[in-house]
Amino acid sequence: MDYQKLLNKTIADMKPSGIRRFFDIANEMEEVISLSIGEPDFSTPFHIREKGIESLEKGKTWYTPNAGLMALREAIAGYVKRHYAVEYDAKTEVLVTVGGSEGIDLCMRTVLQAGDEVLIPEPSFVCYKPLAEMAGATAVPIITKAEDAFRLTPEALKAAITPRTKLLVLPFPNNPTGAVMRREHLEAIADVLRGTDILVLSDEIYGDLTYGGTEHVSFAAIPDMWERTVLVSGFSKAFAMTGWRLGYVCAPAPLCKMMTKLHQYALMCAPTTAQHAAIEAMNHGDEDVVTMRADYDARRRFIVKELRDMGLYCFEPEGAFYVFPSVAVTGLSSEEFCHRLLLEKHVAVVPGTAFGDCGEGFVRISYCYSIRHITEAMRRMREFVTECKEKRI
Amino acid sequence: MDKLLKLLDENARLTDAQLATMLDCSEEEVRAQIAALEKSGAIRAYKAVVDWDKTDRQNVTAIIELKVTPRRDVGFESIAEQVMAFDEVESVYLMSGGYDLSVRVNGRSFQDIAAFVAKRLSTLDSVISTATHFVLRRYKDNNVMFLGENQDERGIM
Repeated sequence: MDYQKLLNKTIADMKPSGIRRFFDIANEMEEVISLSIGEPDFSTPFHIREKGIESLEKGKTWYTPNAGLMALREAIAGYVKRHYAVEYDAKTEVLVTVGGSEGIDLCMRTVLQAGDEVLIPEPSFVCYKPLAEMAGATAVPIITKAEDAFRLTPEALKAAITPRTKLLVLPFPNNPTGAVMRREHLEAIADVLRGTDILVLSDEIYGDLTYGGTEHVSFAAIPDMWERTVLVSGFSKAFAMTGWRLGYVCAPAPLCKMMTKLHQYALMCAPTTAQHAAIEAMNHGDEDVVTMRADYDARRRFIVKELRDMGLYCFEPEGAFYVFPSVAVTGLSSEEFCHRLLLEKHVAVVPGTAFGDCGEGFVRISYCYSIRHITEAMRRMREFVTECKEKRI
Repeated sequence: MDKLLKLLDENARLTDAQLATMLDCSEEEVRAQIAALEKSGAIRAYKAVVDWDKTDRQNVTAIIELKVTPRRDVGFESIAEQVMAFDEVESVYLMSGGYDLSVRVNGRSFQDIAAFVAKRLSTLDSVISTATHFVLRRYKDNNVMFLGENQDERGIM
């Protein structure tokens, strides 16, 4: 069979994720120290796991309602109200999804069609563009810059809007840069959007992982923005629950209803065991997040200092668990840097170009690792950077 | 203070500069805090957690349950002080329950420890009885895994 002929052209032409590009090489090597994983090194807190186990012991192995267990939807509504001061009706405006990624996919497929444009600030997580394209729309990147602390500026947004703009993706706190939009930055974006019909997909999966004292501000909490916002988040990052595959969407009822319809046909419901565990996370997990965040924060400071000490320009990330240093002083491109660092020093990091063309010259480093692990990786990286700099002189 | 102790508890070899970076304060503040913790006795010592099985040195550990007669006025303290004075003794705890003192002892061989218990420990005046349990294998000690490597199951990328 000629599979190429049979394949959907959009998926056939889609670039594979740049994060996985080095996977095969790294996998074959011995003694590789990785700083490339985007998931917590912590296991799910035990009291949360226990609720999952308990649900299995009680034989709760059936489907749940399509939108998710009512108790979980109520817990989610309570959580976002408590933490972000945004109000959603648990019954009609909350949907439990298979990870935040499904929420992104649902939102795109629910609102987009051919001819629509989706604005995507870059560098950003790898999934927005392919999913927008699968939904038939055109992805329009908006470049964010280190000198703007990798924030989306109102000027850049204004310049990108056309009559076809249907959706703006707001991926903050940002993977890979660690950039955060504080209230005043979101207000400025809201000023541009007020009076338009542009919807906002606010991916706040790293919302609980912001540093430096100020709490995360949800875009839905900005005046007049609730009605146009689809808030996507999940349990993976803050509660260290990646493997449970559970996320949620909060959105105005007319949107939530349509997303639920699609979710019902495509997935039926999110995993039941995970939902039982997640109720515990929402209701009694605040302290776990505080503890883990404090750990990430210490590592964040540590790794930024190390990178700056080895002479790399490094924007100070304020959220998520990544740093995004520039490797320009080495004279290498992102790809070359990552490739050679892996071959010569057996350290795996991700090229910035995996997150958009404007990521050229940068690499993403995750600090979901112990200080000991990070220390050794930094020692090797420092050797490599020094050698590169010496060769340039 | 709590954050500093937590970091040192995990890795006492971090430099003052590294600690200062992680705690977002100056090196002087770190030094002052550590000095205060040492002075108050909150920090007793800095040690390596050694897996002697990975070295050439022979090492046998036993945990000994001791029943003793407490003495008027000083209770268990004076016998505890006698026991802890031995170099072989790694730790001494006063316990609730079926016996009084839990004593962890290190030696080069089973014979070493047997001799220590027979000749030195059980001969102490207040000791009524001893029960010696030899450690066959250490799986975890001081929060450090000894069984296998701490494998990262998350894969490389």
